[in-house]
Amino acid sequence: MTLLADFTDAVARYEAVIGLETHVELGTTSKMFCGCATEFGAPPNTQVCPTCLGLPGSLPVINENAILFAVRIGLALHSSIADWCRFARKNYFYPDMPKNFQISQYDEPLCVGGHLDVEVDGQTHRVGITRVHLEEDTGKSLHVGGATGRIHGATHSLVDYNRAGIPLVEIVTEPEIRSPEVARAYVVELRELMVALGVSDARMEQGSLRCDANVSLRQHGESRLGTRSETKNLNSLRSVERAVRYEISRQAARLDAGGRVVQETRHYDEGTGTTSGGRTKEESTDYRYFPEPDLTPLALSADYVAAVRYDLPELPAQRRARMAEKFGFSPLDLEQMRNGGVLDRVEETIAAGAPPAEARAWWLNDLARRAAEAGREPAELAITGPDVARVIGMVAAGTLTSALARQVVDGVLAGEGPPDEVVATRGLAVVRDESALGAAVDEAIAANPDVADKVRGGKLPAVGALVGAVMKATKGQADAQAVRALLLERLGQG
Amino acid sequence: MRELLRLPATEIAAAVAKGDLSAVEVTRVHLDRIAGVDGEVAAFLHVDAAGALAAARSIDEQRTKGEPLGPLAGVPIAIKDVLTTRGVPTTCGSRILDGWRPPYDATVVRKVRAAGLIPLGKANMDEFAMGSSTENSAFRPTRNPWDLTRIPGGSSGGSAAAVAAFEAPLALGTDTGGSIRQPAAVCGLVGAKPTYGGVSRYGLVAFSSSLDQAGPLTRTVLDAALLHEAIAGHDPLDSTSIDTPVPSLAAEVGRDVAGMRVGVVRELSGEGYQPEVEERFREAVALLGDLDAEIVEVSCPHFAYALPAYYLIAPSEASSNLARFDGMRYGLRAGDDGVASAEEVMSRTRAAGFGAEVKRRIMIGTYALSSGYYEAYYGQAQKVRTLIARDFDAAYQQVDVLVSPTTPTTAFPLGERVDDPMAMYLADLCTIPANLAGVPSMSLPCGLADGLPVGFQIMAPALADDRMYRVAGALEAELDARRGHPLLDEVPAL
Amino acid sequence: MTITRDEVAHLARLARLALDETELDHLSGQLDVILNSVARVREVAAADIPPTSHAVPLTNVFRPDALRPSLAREEVLAMAPAAEEGRFRVPRILDEV
Ligand SMILES: [Mg+2]
Ligand SMILES: [Zn+2]
Repeated sequence: MTLLADFTDAVARYEAVIGLETHVELGTTSKMFCGCATEFGAPPNTQVCPTCLGLPGSLPVINENAILFAVRIGLALHSSIADWCRFARKNYFYPDMPKNFQISQYDEPLCVGGHLDVEVDGQTHRVGITRVHLEEDTGKSLHVGGATGRIHGATHSLVDYNRAGIPLVEIVTEPEIRSPEVARAYVVELRELMVALGVSDARMEQGSLRCDANVSLRQHGESRLGTRSETKNLNSLRSVERAVRYEISRQAARLDAGGRVVQETRHYDEGTGTTSGGRTKEESTDYRYFPEPDLTPLALSADYVAAVRYDLPELPAQRRARMAEKFGFSPLDLEQMRNGGVLDRVEETIAAGAPPAEARAWWLNDLARRAAEAGREPAELAITGPDVARVIGMVAAGTLTSALARQVVDGVLAGEGPPDEVVATRGLAVVRDESALGAAVDEAIAANPDVADKVRGGKLPAVGALVGAVMKATKGQADAQAVRALLLERLGQG
Repeated sequence: MRELLRLPATEIAAAVAKGDLSAVEVTRVHLDRIAGVDGEVAAFLHVDAAGALAAARSIDEQRTKGEPLGPLAGVPIAIKDVLTTRGVPTTCGSRILDGWRPPYDATVVRKVRAAGLIPLGKANMDEFAMGSSTENSAFRPTRNPWDLTRIPGGSSGGSAAAVAAFEAPLALGTDTGGSIRQPAAVCGLVGAKPTYGGVSRYGLVAFSSSLDQAGPLTRTVLDAALLHEAIAGHDPLDSTSIDTPVPSLAAEVGRDVAGMRVGVVRELSGEGYQPEVEERFREAVALLGDLDAEIVEVSCPHFAYALPAYYLIAPSEASSNLARFDGMRYGLRAGDDGVASAEEVMSRTRAAGFGAEVKRRIMIGTYALSSGYYEAYYGQAQKVRTLIARDFDAAYQQVDVLVSPTTPTTAFPLGERVDDPMAMYLADLCTIPANLAGVPSMSLPCGLADGLPVGFQIMAPALADDRMYRVAGALEAELDARRGHPLLDEVPAL
Repeated sequence: MTITRDEVAHLARLARLALDETELDHLSGQLDVILNSVARVREVAAADIPPTSHAVPLTNVFRPDALRPSLAREEVLAMAPAAEEGRFRVPRILDEV
C-alpha cells in the first residue's frame, strides 16, 4: 500500500519541481526516413517497407518536411536553430523497435533553448525549453494473455510496425514547472501551438502527443534538485495533471517518513489515477549513442531559417492578444473560448459580420450545449461561423425571434442547408402580416374574455397569457413584442 | 568450351551483341562449370540457375529485336551474398539469415540487371563481411583456385574464387577494410573499392556503414572499369550517395602514364611484409618508372594507426547495425519455448545465429561505444580517421596516386589464422587507410611469389577513381606484354 | 588487464548474446588482447583534431515528403518467425522501460 500525503499539505511543505518531455508525432505525409504513409488507424503492418521495418540493407533518408516542421516548432518556442547538427543512434533492444536502435539526436539537437508562456487563472508562467530534437517513433505492441492488455503478466505480444518511423519531435522543458495545473496548462498551450503551426494534429487520445513527467520535491527555498521520478506515456490532459499530483503526494509521504525517493521510471494507471514503478534493472541502461553514419549532418542556412520564420502563422498567444485588443474580449472570455475550443469559430463568426459578444455567446452557450448533447466538440458541429453570423444578423434585423433562431440552427445542424434555406423550407420568418396577426389577436381576446377584462381594468401584466395564446396560434412565428403592443392597443391600454 | 570460360567479359559481351554467342549459351556454360568445380571451390552459397537462364533469354530476345545492348550485356556475374536479391536467398554468410528471401533488390543488383548482366547466384563470404579468409562463413570455407589448401581472401572470397576459377567472368564484392582488394590480390584478380559514396549502399547489408562500399572483382582492368561504371551513380535511397555524374573509367584504360606522379607509401612496407611480395611490388613500381611515370616516396605517418582505428570504428558500427538480427521479424528465432521472454529469445537467437568472429566484433563495438569508454576508444579512433585523411590530402599535394602492396603476404593456408584474430586482422594492413578516408583504391595482380599471386594497390583522391584505372590499365598492359599472357593463364586446372 | 570477465558478461547482456561460461572465458582472453592492441589509438595526441564520423562531405540530404509504395502485408509477415492477426508475434516483453 503506497502512502500518500494530502496534496495541499504536501505542497505547503515541499516545492514541486516538474519537467515535461513531450513527444509530438509530426503530421507529415510520409514517414521520417521512408515513403510509407503516416495515417492513423490503417490495418496493422500495411504501412511498412524495408526501411521502417529495419530490413537488412535498407537505409534512411530524411523527410524534408520533418526538418521544416521541427524548425517551425523551434522558432515558435523561441529556440535557437543549430547551424550544424547530426542524428545519433540510441542503442537498446526492444521488440517494437525494428533496428534495435532509434535514430534520434543526442548532444547536437536541432533546437536549443527557448520558452513557452502559459496562463493559469490570469497569471503568466514562463516555462523554459531545454531542447527540441527529432527522432523516429516505434511500433505498437498488443499484449496478449495477461489482464486486459497490460504488459505485466502477458504471455506474448503482437507487434504492428505502422507507427515505426513516424517522425517525432521531443520537446524537453527545464524543471521550472511548479504545479500540476501549470503542467496541464503547458500541455494545453503546446498542443494548441502544434495545431496552429500545422505540424501535428496533436491528438493525445491517438497518441500523437504524449508526455513524460519528471517530478521531484525539495524544501521551499532549497536550490538543489531532489531525486526525481519519471512517469511515462501520459495520454491525456487529465492524466498529466493527476499523475503529477499523485507523484507529489507519494513523494511527500516518503520524505515525511524519512525515506528517500528512488530515481526510477513509473507507469501511470489511467483507471486508478496512480503510478507504479517498473521492473528495476540490475544495471542502468547504456544507450551507446554515436553519430548516425547512414545520414549526413544537417547544416541549415540562416536564409532557410529566416524563410521558415517569415512563413510562421500567427501563434496562439499572439492571437489571443489580438482578439483581446480588437474585439474587446476579457482574459476570462478568451480562456473560456479556448477551453471550449471555439476560438476559430468565434473569429469566423465575427469575420462574417457578427458582433463579438454575440458570436462568443452563441458558441459558448447554445452551440456548446448542443455539442455536449451530441458528445462532440463545438468546433465539430455541422455549422459554420458565417451560418451563425447570418442567424445573429436575422435576429438583429427582426426577421427571426430568438426562439425561431434556435429552430433555424436546429435545421442547419440537421443538414437542411444554410440558414436562409432552413428559414424558407421550414417557413420560420416572423409573421408581419398585420391582418393575420390581427385575426389571431381578436381570436385570443374572444377566447379569454376574463383575462381581457383584467387588462382593460388596468392589470397590464395579465396580457402575458394573451401573448402566449397568440404565439401558440402563430406557431411562434410572431414577434412577441409586436403582439403585446397590438393586444394592449385593442384593449384600450395602448 | 574452355575458351569461352576464359574470355574477358568485354569479349563475351561483344560476341553476344554480334550474335556469335547467345546469352543462354554463355550462361549454361558457366552453370556447368559451377556444377563441375564448385564442390571443390565452394565459391557459391546459392546458385539461381532458373533466374540466370531467364535473364539470359531476355537478353537474347532483346538482341533479336534489335534493341541496343550495354557493353556488359549477356555476361554472367556472381553476387556477394551481402547484397539483397529479391526473392533469392540472402544470408550474408550467416545462420541468422538462413532462408531469408529479401523483398527487394539492392541498388547495385538492380543496376547490374539493368545493364544486362546475368546474376548466377550468391557468392560465399565471411559472415557479415567480417574476415579476411572466408573461413568465417557459417556454411563452408571457400578455397583459393590457385591452391585449394589456401584461403581465397575475404570477406569477398566467394566472389574472388568464382572469378579465378572461371565460374563467373565477373563478380560483385564489398569492401569495408579491404574485402574486395585483398581477395583480388590473393586470387590474382583486379578488384576496386570505389570512392565512398560513389556506389549506392542501398541493399548492401551494413557491416560498417561509414566504410562499406561495393565494387567489381574481375580478370581485367577494363572489365573492372566497365562494371564499376555500371554500378556507380547517385541513388536517392542512400543519403551518403554522391550526386555527381559517373566518371568515364573505361576510357582511362589504354592511356599512358607518362608524367603521372606515383607515390610509394613508405609506411606500407618493411616488417611483416613477405620479401617476395615486396619484390614483386618494387618490380611493378620500376615498370611504371619505365613507362615514364615519376616515382616519389611519400610518408603517411598516421597509417600506422589505421588498423587499431579500424578495429574500433568497424566493430562499433557493426554492433549497432547487427542489433536488428534478433529473431523477432525475420530470420532465425532460437529458444522460443513459450516461456522465455523476448529478451531471452533475442539473446539465445543471437548466440545461436552468430559465429565467433561476429560475436567478438559485436563485443568490441559494444565496449568501445559504452559510456566511460567512448571518448578513449571510439572518439579517439574518429580523430585518427581525420589524421589519416589529412595524410592522404598532404600526399596528394605531391602525387597523383599512391601505391603499395595490397597485402603483406600471399594467400595463407586455410586454418592458419582462425584462432588468432590479431594475425588475421593484419591481412588488411595496407587496404584499411583508403576505407577510413573514403578514397578509391584498387588492386591488380603484379606477379607470383612462390606460385601465388601478389597484388599491387593503387589509391587515388576521392572522386578521382579514373586516375587509378589509368595507372592500372597501363601497368596491366605492360605486365601482360612482358609475361606474354595474362597471369590467370597460370592458375592450375581444376 | 584492460577488461575483466565481469565486464565481458555485462557487455554480452547489453549486446543480447547468451554466451555460456566457456565462451565467456574464451572471449575474455581474446577481447583483452584485442582491446590492448587497439588502445594504441590513444597514443595519438589529438586534442585539437575534430573527429570524422562520415567519409563524405555531404550535408542536408533530404527526400521530398511524398508517398512511396509500402510492402504487401503477406510479404512482410511471410518473413516473420511467427505472426498472428496481421501482426508479428513476439515472446512476452518484460515490464521495463
Ligand atoms: Mg525520445
Ligand atoms: Zn517505410
